[in-house]
Amino acid sequence: MRDVLTKVASFAYAGLIYGFIFLPVAVLVLFSFQDGRLPVPPFNGFSLQWYEAVFADRKLMAALANSFVVAIVSSLIACLLGFLAAYALARYKLPGSALQRGLLIAPMTVSYLIIALGLLTVLNTFGIKLSLWTVGIGHVVINLPLCFAIIYSSMGDHHINIERAARDLGANDFKVMALVTAPMLMPSILAAFFLSVTFSWDEFIIAFLLSRFDVTLPVEIWSLLRSGLNPKTNAIGSLVFLVSVAVLAVLELTLFGKTKKS
Amino acid sequence: MSTITLEDTERRKAWGFVAPALLWTVAFFIVPFLFMAAMSLWSRQSGQIIRVWNLDNYFAFFEKDSLFKGLTNSLEITLIVTVLSVLLAYPLAWIIAERVPKRFQRLALIMAVLPFWTSYVVRSYSWLLVLSRNGVINQTLMTFGLISEPLEIASNRTATVIGFVHFFVMLLTLTIYANLIQLSPNYRRAAADLGANALQTFWHVILPLTLPGIMTGAFLTFVLCIGDYVTPQILGGNNELVLPQIIMLQLGRRADFPMAAALSIILMLAVTVAYVLCARWLKIERA
Repeated sequence: MRDVLTKVASFAYAGLIYGFIFLPVAVLVLFSFQDGRLPVPPFNGFSLQWYEAVFADRKLMAALANSFVVAIVSSLIACLLGFLAAYALARYKLPGSALQRGLLIAPMTVSYLIIALGLLTVLNTFGIKLSLWTVGIGHVVINLPLCFAIIYSSMGDHHINIERAARDLGANDFKVMALVTAPMLMPSILAAFFLSVTFSWDEFIIAFLLSRFDVTLPVEIWSLLRSGLNPKTNAIGSLVFLVSVAVLAVLELTLFGKTKKS
Repeated sequence: MSTITLEDTERRKAWGFVAPALLWTVAFFIVPFLFMAAMSLWSRQSGQIIRVWNLDNYFAFFEKDSLFKGLTNSLEITLIVTVLSVLLAYPLAWIIAERVPKRFQRLALIMAVLPFWTSYVVRSYSWLLVLSRNGVINQTLMTFGLISEPLEIASNRTATVIGFVHFFVMLLTLTIYANLIQLSPNYRRAAADLGANALQTFWHVILPLTLPGIMTGAFLTFVLCIGDYVTPQILGGNNELVLPQIIMLQLGRRADFPMAAALSIILMLAVTVAYVLCARWLKIERA
């Protein structure tokens, strides 16, 4: 009897928390289909007009493309630099390697706002114009520690012999890295890449402070918010959410599903 | 441990591999930070940045109520959010780890963090839809005749806290679950054998063993929460500003970079103090 009671209580509690977690998202998606000008009850009927408005909005579409480019390019750079550094620190004995690791991880412990403000001060001092490039630089700063940490921690000593075999057979360092080390570490390199794409894609404060005319999607959505509650904001928000979930589902079913089985 | 034998050329090569990442971090993180720290010691008067070194900005912070209130507001909100999030997330993580059948656990966990994938800015906005004067909660309550006037639940501290807790419950459920699932069932068996009931087992065995995980999650919550500008800006109204909002105010309207820099250093110090306070537990995790 008591078991049944705790079971009921457990599922009631879980239900409540799941309700709390999903409430705003459900409201967001539901009222993106609102046939009317306010994304709040009552729900007047089903309409796709706000999605049409999103696709017709040139600025929003440009911001979407910008976000995509910044996320991909900054993540590629972060992964490449992180991989090279991890390779050097895991495979060679360098003086002060603990200090170097600490330095590479350090940006992780500082608020994005402070990183952005520091960069802004320097860019202003040297008179460098703000652009998507400066946003990208900031995003590499926040993602490099992540990529380095993930790739470094997966570089086990058990890979050394395989690399040594490749070297004995005449491969130089770059060949070893590209043809032996990187393929062996592919799961963690991909994990680092996708994680940093997610972070860059969603990052607001650095993108806000370090951009001027061309902006990323979160910054463009931010300026949409000035118009108050607006079903168009619901539509672009739902769109981003549904696409992310779809990508996540595909990754789960292909990439991560496979590694789990093996 | 086997390492490749080093000659000078090898070492030079290794430096070549690590140099790009180091240079990037130094050029775009360390140098900017030092610049900012230096700038916090300058001041701004009548539109000009005065390059005289002093601690005026820091004195002003402690003297001006409007600035100092930012820190206390930040600390209060962050502490409330951290405690509430841990208290709400722990039972959920426990239920997923203990009550949900093994093959559904991964699904239950993915569902619990699914709203992570709404855009960060949009997540706060969607709480506005729920909480505002004509939002879902007010309209629902009024339809059922439970209230006649809309409740003021948006644009204040409560709304900020709700927005934050929503995000961090997801995060903490994930970290606490990861912690719970690692515990060997033998601990519980041993406690039961020694005559402990469920509550005693939890209080004396499970909770202490998961404390490092909780503290790590709580520290992460603290750091992310105290540095956030978006959630309080969208949900908090303009009455009780938090430190990041005040920093942004210095940048925008007043273009007072030195003051913004000084406030950022203070924000960093707050995080450092929190780290020192939690370090005891955070260290256990690493060992």
